[in-house]
Amino acid sequence: MTQIGEVAEPNVLKSIPSPHLPARRHCLDLDDYSRQEIEAVLQNATVMKDVMHREIRKVPALRGKSIVTLFYEPSTRTRVSFEQAGKILSADVINVSSSGSSAEKGESLYNTALTLQSMEADIIIVRHPDSGAPNFLARHLNASIINAGDGSHAHPTQALVDLYTMASHADRLEGLRVAIVGDIQHSRVARSNLWGLTKMGASVVLCAPPTLMPIDFLGGHHSRSNNPFTSVEIETSIERALEGADVVMALRLQKERQDAGNLPSLREYSRLYGLTPKLLEKARTSVIVMHPGPMNEGVEIDPAVAHGPMSVIEEQVANGVAVRMAVLYGLVPATRHRD
Amino acid sequence: MEQSDKIQDVYSQSRSILSAEGMRRTLTRIAHEILERNRGAGEIVLIGIHTGGLPIARRLSALIQSFEGAPPPVGSLDISLHRDDLADRNRPLMHPTEIPVSIEGRLVILVDDVLYTGRTIRAAMDALNDFGRPRHVQLAVLVDRGHRELPIKADYVGKNVPTALDEEVRVCVAEIDGIDEALLLSNR
Repeated sequence: MTQIGEVAEPNVLKSIPSPHLPARRHCLDLDDYSRQEIEAVLQNATVMKDVMHREIRKVPALRGKSIVTLFYEPSTRTRVSFEQAGKILSADVINVSSSGSSAEKGESLYNTALTLQSMEADIIIVRHPDSGAPNFLARHLNASIINAGDGSHAHPTQALVDLYTMASHADRLEGLRVAIVGDIQHSRVARSNLWGLTKMGASVVLCAPPTLMPIDFLGGHHSRSNNPFTSVEIETSIERALEGADVVMALRLQKERQDAGNLPSLREYSRLYGLTPKLLEKARTSVIVMHPGPMNEGVEIDPAVAHGPMSVIEEQVANGVAVRMAVLYGLVPATRHRD
Repeated sequence: MEQSDKIQDVYSQSRSILSAEGMRRTLTRIAHEILERNRGAGEIVLIGIHTGGLPIARRLSALIQSFEGAPPPVGSLDISLHRDDLADRNRPLMHPTEIPVSIEGRLVILVDDVLYTGRTIRAAMDALNDFGRPRHVQLAVLVDRGHRELPIKADYVGKNVPTALDEEVRVCVAEIDGIDEALLLSNR
């Protein structure tokens, strides 16, 4: 590189690209997000939150784009927050749920999604009871796919909402002590949070009765070299898990799990693992309490905690729209070939 | 993927088009022109377009204060959500939009460092609409490099610089780059 003319610094000859998010077509889980990309999404979510508080709550970023929410499981907050997010960004949002659609007549997931794509859906937001369903659609369709929760696998946008909520209460996520308490085994929220939190350098402790802890995390399996979460602590005592915690996240106890014989009784679970004001005294005085919802008050969380001064559960819901706006905005669709 | 984004270009040549002194004089002249044309600073709100326009807007406000006594309020505008060329591009990292006063019925002067295709300004006018209806919108730029793609013209121009499409104008400001200088970067 030859330099001609009076240049103050050598690097001034480079075109400085304006900072941007990496091109991303799908949002399936946080495993393929870098720390920089997560930070970028959280920064953009802050701006989206400003947009939500304006008098005119509408920006044209996704004008002319079609978003379909395709939900095979019930949901209130996730579906509504995606719908609200899409509408603020000026997209057309269509809601499809398995009941009342052709899925009831036995149409396969693939064929239903293909139908939606044929109708020019740009982004399909899918929730499905089977782990991996969104990944399957991403492999076979041209539309962008967002995973809104699949089986026990992943719920990436909820994890981003949680990271955003934690970041708004702490100086930084790095070094933050986060205790996740409850049915880890069946929790897609916990799995996606695990990816996000470890990438951001938080120190995570998982707490559950042994029957509700993934088998890989128990005993000697935890140290296996292919486990990306070797830094994560495993704890069966909630007292020890909460010690010094900056964040406590309670997970919904999926009552249907009790029938599978994982728990002696709901009452015993609640007595041993329910989050009470007394237990929270073990945590930092500045601790915040989170829950991805919907809550079973009196089972995994005491109402006094759920609605107490340390709870940021309502904030999580409010942040859900802004973060999902940032996720929708961040997707770069495949180039459409028109003939 | 199908991305054809300009991630980073490296240029071999650079020519200074405005020195620190030149930039100071130019901004001083623009500040005087603003005051002359609008008969004082009474209703002015300066709004800098992120990120290059914001330091320029702050300086114009300080200069106007030194002539008139009171600084016009300065706001910032992020236009990422209003761009019309988003489809195939990587999504930008956004900055907060801060409009400190109501712009309803006031004189808004949009400020940017470089005027090129005009698309940024169109998006900025669009974005501004969400905050109210100014009585008047004017445009001040430090460098006009030509090649407009829309019917947009600046009211105040620091310097007109003829450029080729494969060149780039870079405005450095002391607040961000540690130096005041405008450069024309090229490979010729």
